[in-house]
Amino acid sequence: MTTDTIIKGLRAPEGSDGAGLTRERALGWGGIALGLIAFVITLPPFEVRTIVPSLVLAAIAIVLGVLAIGGGERRVGGGAIFAALFGALGAYGASRSGVSHLEVVVSWSALTAAMLRYATPLTFAALGGLVSERSGVVNIALEGMMLMGAFFAAYGADKTGSWVGGILIGVLAGMALAAIHAVFAISLRSDQIVSGTALNFVALGLTGYMYVDTYGANGTPDNLPAVPEINLPTDSLGFIGQAISQLNLLVWGSLIAVILVWVVVFRTRLGLRLRAVGENPKAAETVGISVFKVRYAAVISSGGLAAFGGAFLSIGFVHSFSQNMTAGRGFIALAALIFGRWRPGGLLAATLLFGFSSALAQRLPEFSPQLATLFQALPYVLTLIAVAGVVGRSTPPAADGVPYTREGK
Amino acid sequence: MSEQTPAGPDVPVGGPSSQPEYDLGGGATVGARLGTALKSGGVITPIITVLFSFLVGGLVVLVTGHNPIDTYKAIFDGTGLQWLFPWTSGADRSTAAINLQQTLLITGPLILLGLAVGYAFRAGLFNIGGQGQYIVGSIVAVWTGSSWAGMPHVLHVILCMLLATAAGAAWAGIAGALRAITGANEVITTIMLNWIAIWMGVYLFGLGGPLQNGTQPDVPISNDVVASAKLHVFWGDPELQGLHIGIFVALAAAFVYWILLNRSTKGYEARAVGFNPEAARYSGIKVGRTYVLVMGTCGALAGLAGSLDVLGWQFHLATNDIQGTQLAFLGIAVALLGRNTAIGTCLAALLFGALVNGTSVRNLDPAVFEPELAQNLTTVIQGLVVLFVSADVLILLIYNKLRPRRAAPAKAEVPA
Repeated sequence: MTTDTIIKGLRAPEGSDGAGLTRERALGWGGIALGLIAFVITLPPFEVRTIVPSLVLAAIAIVLGVLAIGGGERRVGGGAIFAALFGALGAYGASRSGVSHLEVVVSWSALTAAMLRYATPLTFAALGGLVSERSGVVNIALEGMMLMGAFFAAYGADKTGSWVGGILIGVLAGMALAAIHAVFAISLRSDQIVSGTALNFVALGLTGYMYVDTYGANGTPDNLPAVPEINLPTDSLGFIGQAISQLNLLVWGSLIAVILVWVVVFRTRLGLRLRAVGENPKAAETVGISVFKVRYAAVISSGGLAAFGGAFLSIGFVHSFSQNMTAGRGFIALAALIFGRWRPGGLLAATLLFGFSSALAQRLPEFSPQLATLFQALPYVLTLIAVAGVVGRSTPPAADGVPYTREGK
Repeated sequence: MSEQTPAGPDVPVGGPSSQPEYDLGGGATVGARLGTALKSGGVITPIITVLFSFLVGGLVVLVTGHNPIDTYKAIFDGTGLQWLFPWTSGADRSTAAINLQQTLLITGPLILLGLAVGYAFRAGLFNIGGQGQYIVGSIVAVWTGSSWAGMPHVLHVILCMLLATAAGAAWAGIAGALRAITGANEVITTIMLNWIAIWMGVYLFGLGGPLQNGTQPDVPISNDVVASAKLHVFWGDPELQGLHIGIFVALAAAFVYWILLNRSTKGYEARAVGFNPEAARYSGIKVGRTYVLVMGTCGALAGLAGSLDVLGWQFHLATNDIQGTQLAFLGIAVALLGRNTAIGTCLAALLFGALVNGTSVRNLDPAVFEPELAQNLTTVIQGLVVLFVSADVLILLIYNKLRPRRAAPAKAEVPA
């Protein structure tokens, strides 16, 4: 069981990130845009009722994509062709369905608000993953940390009677699980993937156990204190204004966290140390940075961030807890992190994409319940495509997943 | 815990004498450490791992105000393992027989699911996708098993199992191919394939789905497997989920696994890739193809496991069966505890099969301990086993501490 090769697998080979906007690159992005426009024009408020314009746009997008690939931009070109096929398919579906159905499903303000809500837990967890992996510790236990956050936030909110107490206890629980991961991954030099997987099971069993033991068949109480919604007087500012006029505090919190993490990781000395430890721990140690301390701090804060996402799920979104309620979101967050190339902005874009597909899936039963069921699989298919490299290979921190020993042996 | 060695760069570098006594060499691969562990701990370390996990699990029970000893006793009574004791007799013995049939009913697929994880581990891959492969296998088995009524019995069974195996192999092959072609990490791709398989199953058997039961339009369930596709029950009552011949299929698969791994070129290549993919590549092994083949083999094993359950005792699939199955995840603990060896996997599968059966709603007395709690306890214990297996260094340390010291541990390595 040579699992260090597994960890190496988490690191895609180094690819060129590519700097600057070449002509081919511009062609590719143009293709992506046209492919998406092909879909959008068939939706409200435009509602083109024939598929011909969309097909023309999609065809142009494919040509642009092929040109981009011919010019060496395989990644962007592939994206353009994918967008064109997606646009054509979507346009076909939209032009075939009734206008009234369309207007119920594609209500942009509601979709945007739902997208933000679905993206929030993913954003928190992916940020947690970023902090941990930037320090060189693969954190596959994000799922378990979210689950701990979700249960203990509900439990804490119930016991303390306030949502603040709930978040506090939830985040502490997530950090506690992360501390175990840190002990095993950093001090005991366990295989980080195996110990992370183990902790996911521990969290699943532990939260399930405590949930059944505490709440039994009745479930969490209906009057669980909830994280408040923020009302903004932005209703008159178009669909975006309507979308953000009533969002949960933690939705805003996740967006602020993206900025905070970016500032800390990329604009402070602390962040520089964090990244140094993740890229070249030996060099960092040489200049006097304690690799162990930095990694411990990073992994434990990653648990706290992931737990925020879980807490939002239970007391900000669903207002109850159920067993295994995170349902793989931790792994989607991990995919978003890879998709977003270990950068806060990139991962936000990825979580918004996943959020959007979930929001769409939630509204699709209007057309057909069976289709909606199948659509539930979309975020997972998107993740598969994302990590499979249609969007290109990305380079994680160089020492990601490699246990560090002082002797350097 | 954060400081392993005294601070400062004055730690002497190199030389065996500078190593702490139980340090197994800093950055040594887990494979190498496991190799050492195997030599020094033998079968003792897995046993300590299990005992330790049960101990911590017992603490959880204790903390929540239950009696851990009574709980474990009740769970053991539900496993039917006391059938093996010669002093069990009379009504106890017949009850134990029924319980043991149930335990072995779970053990069979669990062996296959453990092998499905273990083979991937040997090639340096982590197959968390057993669940999806199992689901795809069971979907195909229930589909083919409920079609073609009137086909000769043995032929129908074999055909169903083969198709389920092929489906599982194809499903896992996706992850293998993605790894080989694009370098996509199989941990994430297999987990995503799990969820896709789940929603596919819910779609197929859900209300109005294409494979939903034809006679009960308002129940989200598949058609029943016809008699000619059911596996033969050789111990116990066929009407009451007696033990079917699937356990022998699983044991045969374990034997084939041993041959494949230790006595075949393909197994050698898989192990070589797992040990060092770059070296394997230089020695002429096609690493990408090996990944696809290994994942395909793993998926085949998991798909076969799915067909055993469907053709052996479930006979139909409901959407909540598909959403609720956790068996494949136990396969990870089984493989890790069994150290990816054929015999170890069989024994670990028996342990976890017993644990699952002992905590089932039917077998655990709710007066002693709620089954729903116990099932979560099983998950905790499973997680702890995986956790402690990952920290083999820790278990070895405990083992060596407990062991009476040799007269003079002059050599700075783990005593053999």
